[in-house]
Formats: sequence, C-alpha cells, structure tokens
Amino acid sequence: MIYQGKQKIWSDYQKDIPDDHWFYARSCIRQNFFPASEKYFLEITKGLLGKDICDNEHHTTCGGIAYHSDTIPQETAMTIVARQFAIMTECGYENLVVSCITSFGNYNETIETWREFPELEAKIRENLWKACRREFKIPKYVAHASDLIYKFRNEIAAKAVNRLVDRNTGEPLRVVEHIGCHYSKMFPHKGFGGAEYPCVLSGMVESWGGRVIDYPERRHCCGYGFRQYHVKANRGYCVSNTYKKFESMEPFHPDMIITNCPGCPYFLDRWQYVISEQTGKTYGQNGYGIPVLTYEELAGLMLGYDPWDLGLQTHQVAVEPLLDKIGVKYDPAAKYLGVNKEDIMRPELPQFLKCH
Amino acid sequence: MMDFGFVLSKSSTVDLNKVDLSMYRQLEKLSPDVRTCMACGSCSATCTAAPYSGMSVRKVILGLQRGNDVSAMLSNCMLCGKCTMVCPRGINTRNLILNLCRIHETGGRNDR
Repeated sequence: MIYQGKQKIWSDYQKDIPDDHWFYARSCIRQNFFPASEKYFLEITKGLLGKDICDNEHHTTCGGIAYHSDTIPQETAMTIVARQFAIMTECGYENLVVSCITSFGNYNETIETWREFPELEAKIRENLWKACRREFKIPKYVAHASDLIYKFRNEIAAKAVNRLVDRNTGEPLRVVEHIGCHYSKMFPHKGFGGAEYPCVLSGMVESWGGRVIDYPERRHCCGYGFRQYHVKANRGYCVSNTYKKFESMEPFHPDMIITNCPGCPYFLDRWQYVISEQTGKTYGQNGYGIPVLTYEELAGLMLGYDPWDLGLQTHQVAVEPLLDKIGVKYDPAAKYLGVNKEDIMRPELPQFLKCH
Repeated sequence: MMDFGFVLSKSSTVDLNKVDLSMYRQLEKLSPDVRTCMACGSCSATCTAAPYSGMSVRKVILGLQRGNDVSAMLSNCMLCGKCTMVCPRGINTRNLILNLCRIHETGGRNDR
C-alpha cells in the first residue's frame, strides 16, 4: 500500500478536538480509588499547560453505574446527564471533558440517542425543567480526559524529567496499555484509533519512551462489568476475567500497566492481591505484582511530581520496583504520611503478594 | 488460602502457538470450505440431535481451531444433512463431519 493511502486510512481513525476551554466532569468513584489522579489532571492541563478547564462543584455522578446495573431507567440517567449539560451551559462552556470512561460512554450514548429520537430529547428537556428549572445546550465536543493528555503528550514529554526507560539497562520499559471498554467499543468514531486501533494510551507510552507490548487478551475487559462485580454471586466471574488477562500477559513480562478507566486500574490492581491469595501466584518480578497506574499518575511521574503526592501509596501493588527502574526519587519513610504529614496508617500485608 | 466468598475459574486463554492444530489442518485439506465458516451457528440451530446430545457443528469447528478433542461430539451426528441445507456460506457440513470421522478412524494417516 502506498504511504499516502495509509495516511488517508489512518486519518479516518483520528478525531480533532479543541485545544482549550473545557468543562471538566469528574468521576464519582475515581476520587476514592485513585485520589490524586483528577487533581493532577487539572494540575497538568491548567497549571502546567495553561489551559482553561472549568472544575465546577455542582455537578454530580452521571448515573452510569446505576444505569448499567439496571437500577435506574435510561430516562432518569439521561435527565442526570442533561443536568450536567445545563451546569456546563450556565458556566459558559461548549466542550465537555470527562474523567470517567463510563461517563464518556454515557454522555455519548445520550447524545446519539437524542440524535436518533428527537422526541426523547424534548421529553428529557421537559423533565429537567420540571425537576430543577434548568435548560441546556448539547456540548459541541465530548472528549475523554485521556484524549487531552494524548493530544498534549509531546508537550508533556518535552517538559518531562523522567522517561519510561530502565535506568540500569537503558532499555524502554515494557508497558501494557489497557483501554476502558466504553472508550471506543460503543462508539468507535469517538475514540482516537477507533475500536480497532485505539492508540490513546499507546501514543502516550511511546512519546514518553516506553515500549507497548501486545498480548492475546489485550482488548479483553478488565472484568469489572458492573453487574459482574456489584452482584456478589457474579464476583467470581469478575476476578476470572482479570485472571485471564494476567495469564495472557504474563509471558511478555510487563513492567507496568497504564489504564484510562476508573474501574480497570482498580480491578487490575486489587485483584492481583485476591489472585495471589487464592492461587499463591504473583505476576511481577521477585514476588511483587505488576504496578497499575492511571495515565495522570504516569504523566505526573514523568513530570517529576512526588509519587506519594500522586497517591501511589494507595495502590495495592507496590510501585517501588517501578520507581527504582525509572529512577524516580522518593522517600520511603514518607509513603504513609498524608496531607500535613499526618500518619495515614499502614495496611496489613498480604500473605503472598510482596509489598513494601 | 483465604475465602473471599467467590472463586477463580480456570483461565480459558488459548495460546495458538502451543495448541495441536493437526486435525484442523487435515480437515482443511479434505474440506477446504471449512475456512469460510463464520461461526454463525445456523448449523447448530437446525440440528435435530443438538437438543438431546449436545451436537454442534459450530462447536466442532471451533474446537478443532482451538486444538480440542471433538470425537465425542462427532459420534452424536446422525448425518441427516439438515445443517448443510441451511449454511449461508454453502459449506457441505455433512461431508465435513464424514471427513472428520475418517480422520479420527485412521488416526490422521489417510489424507484421502
């Protein structure tokens, strides 16, 4: 195939998103799971790159978990989404950047449904007006927060003090990238690279010096799947999905995993402990697990932020072997010191999974 | 081991570099149309023996592609040929099952 032909085909898999002026919709669960990720998204985009990002305290959950768990009807979920759009409109923004993959899918699903069924949009507008006397404009662009980091990956690389390179061998780190299912499997044209070649995370990894590794179950779900985890009787199915992914990636010896979804890093991280307790097996080197980072945490590490400020002590899998490989400086004694240097206490150590 | 109230299932990952595909390769020689199967399951849906015996041509083909032993399922086929009539790709599934039985009988030595 001639080069220009390839370029043309690849351009169909790209999307153009605005540089600036975004309304930020936070996730309802990420701040509990990985508390510093959203803070450092704002720190990097607003503080470091000087972008205009509106972080408003009045928006709520998008209702995605309840919707996908079949506990609220779609019209209720759409009215919640409409309220978020109303707050964005009141703040004077037209572009929505979303922290959560589930929300990203939910917002896109709502907009696409309204496009197909305008009478439903009219009904939701009426619902919102009756409920809280608000009106809204549909966002011009809906992007996921990882899209923005992907867009600015080279600017971040230019400011980076660390690279995804093993400082002892000089070799690029071997990175598994795991993209949340609702990023581009639902609406392929909404994601960079579509459903077939999603490159939002692999682009970051390559820009920051790492090597993306391919493995058979690369596009498999992390296992969360809402009803699989939230219903305890199905929880074995959830962990078995994660187990399948780890069994598949193990022969390729990844140094770390990068993710862009709230659920994926949580389950890929925490289930390593459960798998080790049930099978005695660990997947990292020397009895450790494979560290799982969000893209904001990884960007923060590249930019030289303190790993404990980035919240890496809240991960189940110890990140110290990764920090040592990259050459990130950290104070082991400060790991469990929270804000104002208060002791946040140490977790109980697992039986098999080695932790610091 | 700790009891979490739920257990792990065995990983169903298939490593195509390690599985034995010799049966499938022999079948490809005898019935090349097997390559056009898109696993739609029309054959299984129309199979008279399926509800009583678990016979499924789709599962037979998938099992061979994953290197699994499908001999038990083959013995349940009555060779009625209904699956051949409904295949949207025009695969002669009856002939395919017959060829597989031949491969099994001869232990893969006869490539007729």
